[in-house]
Amino acid sequence: MKTIRTPAELEELRGSLAREQDPARRVISLCGGTGCRALGSDSVFEALVERIEAENMGNQVTLRMTGCPGFCEKGPLMVIQPEGIFYHGVKVDEVPEIVTRTLTTGEMIDSLLYVDPSTGEKIAYEREIPFYKKQRPLLLEMNEKIDPTSITDYIALGGYGSLSKVLSQMTAEEVIDEVTEAKLRGRGGAGFPTGLKWRISREAPGDTKYVVCNADEGDPGAFMDRAILEGNPHRVLEGMVIGGYAIGADEGFVYVRAEYPLAAKHLAIAITQAREYGLLGKDILGSGFDFDVQIRLGAGAFVCGEETALMASIEGRTGEPRPRPPYPSQSGLWGKPTNINNVKTWGNVPIIIENGADWYAELGTEGSKGTKIFSVVGKINNTGLVEVPMGTTLRQLIFDVGGGIPNDKEFKAVQIGGPSGGCIPKEHLDTPIDYESLTELGAMMGSGGMVVTDEDTCMVDFARFFMNFVQDESCGKCVPCRLGTRAMLEVLTRITEGKGQEGDMKYLAELGQQIRASSLCGLGQTAPNPVLSTLRYFPDEYEAHIRDKSCPAHVCRPLIQYFIDVETCNGCGRCLRTCPAEAISGAKKERHVIDQDLCIKCGSCQEVCRFDAVIVE
Amino acid sequence: MTTLTIDGRQVEALRGSTVLEAARENHIEIPTLCYHEALEPYAGCRLCVVELVTPKGSQLVASCVYAAEDGLVVKTNSGIVQESRRMTVELLLAAAPKAKVIQDLAAEMGIEEPRVSLGDSDCILCGLCVRACKEIVGANAISLVNRGFAKEVKPPFEIGSNACTGCTTCVLVCPTGAIKLEDVLDSRSVHRWESDFEARECKICGDHYLAPEFAPDLKELLGEEEV
Ligand SMILES: Cc1cc2nc3c(=O)[nH]c(=O)nc-3n(C[C@H](O)[C@H](O)[C@H](O)COP(=O)(O)O)c2cc1C
Ligand code: SF4
Ligand code: FES
Repeated sequence: MKTIRTPAELEELRGSLAREQDPARRVISLCGGTGCRALGSDSVFEALVERIEAENMGNQVTLRMTGCPGFCEKGPLMVIQPEGIFYHGVKVDEVPEIVTRTLTTGEMIDSLLYVDPSTGEKIAYEREIPFYKKQRPLLLEMNEKIDPTSITDYIALGGYGSLSKVLSQMTAEEVIDEVTEAKLRGRGGAGFPTGLKWRISREAPGDTKYVVCNADEGDPGAFMDRAILEGNPHRVLEGMVIGGYAIGADEGFVYVRAEYPLAAKHLAIAITQAREYGLLGKDILGSGFDFDVQIRLGAGAFVCGEETALMASIEGRTGEPRPRPPYPSQSGLWGKPTNINNVKTWGNVPIIIENGADWYAELGTEGSKGTKIFSVVGKINNTGLVEVPMGTTLRQLIFDVGGGIPNDKEFKAVQIGGPSGGCIPKEHLDTPIDYESLTELGAMMGSGGMVVTDEDTCMVDFARFFMNFVQDESCGKCVPCRLGTRAMLEVLTRITEGKGQEGDMKYLAELGQQIRASSLCGLGQTAPNPVLSTLRYFPDEYEAHIRDKSCPAHVCRPLIQYFIDVETCNGCGRCLRTCPAEAISGAKKERHVIDQDLCIKCGSCQEVCRFDAVIVE
Repeated sequence: MTTLTIDGRQVEALRGSTVLEAARENHIEIPTLCYHEALEPYAGCRLCVVELVTPKGSQLVASCVYAAEDGLVVKTNSGIVQESRRMTVELLLAAAPKAKVIQDLAAEMGIEEPRVSLGDSDCILCGLCVRACKEIVGANAISLVNRGFAKEVKPPFEIGSNACTGCTTCVLVCPTGAIKLEDVLDSRSVHRWESDFEARECKICGDHYLAPEFAPDLKELLGEEEV
């Protein structure tokens, strides 16, 4: 491929790529994200290649392994164009049928269609699935349309057009103004205004400056950034080159956690291709602007996502935070001004440049613009990645997109903002999702982790789970975080074991406040959130544990007992055979009893009982 | 010079100094544990927090690293500062109940029993020994390893460090006395790091000196001859 030297040459290439495309042609997009690969999409892909070849259909069908469209739970996912037929849970042995029936005549295979859990109806087209219908995919939109290892797929859909526009028509100041007017805010957690950060970096004295893309994504269970890097790495690169031009940097780093090999691989391929096409390197598109990007693999600690720890890690030192100020924009990598943004923040940049700040600022609320991607897990019907406009209410997200709570259980709370976010109860379900509203409620936007809980979740135990995570991930440098989070864990543990003391709730609240106020970095400053927010919204659950030594949700083992109901038990013996502790006795056809001294409270008896005779108290 | 307000007093400080330095220069006391004027600040103990008053509200900052800039307004002993220090000391007492410095600080603040127990360590992880060994001695014989509650100071690979010269700077700088030095007639041991040195008697004056580890250059200089 010859290097693209001017904006006109880029347009020419796009034109010729567009002319090659036939809108009526059959295109199969098979998800090749980490989730679907784990469910076998690699072998489905191979089978498809073989079969299409065997049927001699190679010149009628385009087969593409794409990035993640978000509905990972149902993978491997397949979308067949031009109709937009959506198949889920595709297996190798279904491939021949897909090729001979769907690819030739467009006939749908019933067993592969999605069933709406709330209506029981089959839905054939992706755009009609409730999970997708209410979303507004801005960043994730291209994921299922392109092969992430093909730069021409990206260019054909307008990719690098924003970069070309910036380099040929805009000054650095104008780029910063555009991002500022779009009111883009950082997607890595804190929501700092991106335009302002760029301006500070630009105005910081010094000739050498850097840009960094934070792809550490340490929130357990969250994979928004992974999905973007795996599915559309060029979008992020394009954003970084534009950012480099705006702040006056000629070098960038992407810090990817080592647990994301596929993301790192796709990114490396993208960088190589962008260099070949002249979209990275010297004199990009004839503008005289030079910029290149390197990948750094992260060490895997949660705290390495914190910007100062991240920079220490890039420099080859221990990934420990240092006090700010100075902020990275003033003194960052090797003491030079360094502009750090999250993957999604960078990804938003080409979208803003392409459509304009006004268009972008239409989306969302007054203070929070654009869309937000959440990784939704827990007690919810549709788990996966969800992209909605800012300002969508929690209720819309959880019930319309997420499909509500499984098994007719009642919603209890949603934990937003990752392990150091907060829990929001049902009274606040109509809160719009924006930075300020979430913070006011004691949660935070965070980078997009969302865990839904139902009536069977014990909020004290839930808070304890997160506290256990953060105290383990604390770097240990400063006292409030190292010892304070540990103290909170100790207190929570004793409460869930029925050893809570009068005064524990007050002590937890005090600890939380002090850790928040005096810790060195954002990890400690936010670590108490899950505890503080559950204390705020579910004080009676704490009180029940401490005063009555009971766990209202029947979760904390030391506080519950299993009994067999005299009336209901018919002595079938199922529980007796299942109990791993041999704690159940009783003759056949007679009532069984559980020996409380032997019972280990595993709940197996309750699970196997067909007559609901096992009760928890 | 920089002019700032500390505890309602206008004070002057050298440009480039920290709030802690500015305060001490003006005889305003701020307690510290991980700070040493000869070493790079670490900002780990958080005992030196002060209240920074800004138009947007108050916040706690570590005075040992916060730059003293013109017009800053700080309070070194306000209610929120005292509450924060109390919690810090209570936590340290919970983790290192036998450390004298911590007991003294706790007594000063009227803290009797910590509300949890977090072990019985004699090290408070202030990092002074590690920084002294690195920045003053240049030996880098010890370092902070692990993270969170499992953090500790160790020589590399947990065996007696070859890099240790037995200079005992760490012993001097440790605020809790956790690094024990044993100097008997013909040997020196820094037990915590499992560093042992053989001392030899000087044939001329009869005093003992550490050799050959402590003075490898000298040995080379003089060949294999005994001094
Ligand atoms: C403990 C901790 C972990 C963090 N992890 C991440 C992360 O994984 N990804 C990220 O983009 N930002 C993370 N951040 C936020 C970064 O420090 C930084 O604010 C962000 O990368 C700035 O980018 P933005 O302005 O685009 O949000 C973390 C912060 C803390 C305190
Ligand atoms: S707040 Fe926690 S993670 Fe941050 S520096 Fe202190 S100990 Fe380390
Ligand atoms: S002296 Fe400032 S944090 Fe320890």
